[in-house]
Amino acid sequence: MTEIGRRSPWTPAEVVEVRDETSAIRTLVLDVPEWPGHRAGQSVDVRLTAESGYATQRPYSLASAPEDPQLELTVQRMGDGEVSPWLAREARAGDQLEIRGPGGRSFSWHVEDGGPLLLVAGGSGLVPLRAMLRHRLAVGAELDTRLVLSVRTEEDQLYAAEIEAWRAAGVQTTVTLTRAGGRRVDAAMLAEAGPPPEARPHVFVCGPTAFVEAAATHLLRAGHATDLVRTERFGGAV
Amino acid sequence: MVVSRGFQGRPPAEPERLPPGQYLTRDFPVLATGPTPIDAAEDWSLTIRGAVETPRTWSWDELLALPSETFTVDIHCVTQWTKLDTTWTGVPVDALLAEVAPQGATHLVAHCAGGYTTNLPLDDVTGGKAWIAYGYEGEPLSPPHGGPARLLVPHLYFWKSAKWVRELELLTEDHPGYWEVNGYHLRGDPWREQRYDDD
Repeated sequence: MTEIGRRSPWTPAEVVEVRDETSAIRTLVLDVPEWPGHRAGQSVDVRLTAESGYATQRPYSLASAPEDPQLELTVQRMGDGEVSPWLAREARAGDQLEIRGPGGRSFSWHVEDGGPLLLVAGGSGLVPLRAMLRHRLAVGAELDTRLVLSVRTEEDQLYAAEIEAWRAAGVQTTVTLTRAGGRRVDAAMLAEAGPPPEARPHVFVCGPTAFVEAAATHLLRAGHATDLVRTERFGGAV
Repeated sequence: MVVSRGFQGRPPAEPERLPPGQYLTRDFPVLATGPTPIDAAEDWSLTIRGAVETPRTWSWDELLALPSETFTVDIHCVTQWTKLDTTWTGVPVDALLAEVAPQGATHLVAHCAGGYTTNLPLDDVTGGKAWIAYGYEGEPLSPPHGGPARLLVPHLYFWKSAKWVRELELLTEDHPGYWEVNGYHLRGDPWREQRYDDD
């Protein structure tokens, strides 16, 4: 069930590694000595402070599973962003920042919640779903899991090296490249990907607002239960 | 102080308009843990019931026939974004309450399509502070933002401005809604940073 954590304190984090995922998206590996743990899919607030003392904060999904040794954030650089350019371009090993969390418990999954699982991602909406997939693999669960992933081009694909491992672990994966003449995620694609609504899958949809609105509407019209469809949107509305 | 090397940031031009712990956004993010209801506009009506002399239901056409106001306000989401100068059109809650004559009510709960609820002190929706809004920036309010109509209470955190509102239930005591049961503050004043129930 949804549960809001009380205000958790800001805690220092150190960047230990940065990894380019695409030209505009980078993963930061963080060392956080005082981390209370999280559920796959949850998010954190990130606070950056300037020499002047000015500070600001933004929420980001965690890309790492609870079982991973370190926290990972995968951040897309927004051209007019205030925080994302620093995270996705400027940050390097040894840099300091602060995080607070975890939050966003309603968009999270633990293997004990059961399956089947239907994960639907648009672009960097894959980030919190990757945490769920890594969690499923880490605990060796074999429950029915489907992943539908919409990206513009192959160059925009996050975690490309991991997708084969997910497939090998039985995750039925559908990737559609929308700019290369491919289909956008539609009702038929979601029906083909399954599981059907009668199987009452836990559904997680994450991506840009317009993507999530379209995909979630298809899922509801297909008969998926509203309370089993969890959503996380980023960017403005259409 | 933990300084992030090389970070300068963009301090807001009008910091006095930003409640504590908030940042400015030019986007209009859509926050909801679940899907936008696909039936929010079907047979739309708004009912006010509970601690009132005469419960009433307005159809969509009846709502649109009431005198409306168009106004510009800043809005503040508990997830820390603030958006300045948003322009809305809607019917003041005062005008609706005048038709039902509240009887000893001190609070209300807004009930929405999709099952969402939120509670508010009556004082926070009277005196020109709250509207049933159906227009945004000169256009019909879109479904992701709560269309066809949402409660709008801009001086409180935006989870109080319930999307897809269908009923206002007036009560003689406070009755926590969806987020409030789960630990959010009963009132949610952004200037006092009332995010959680122990703030």
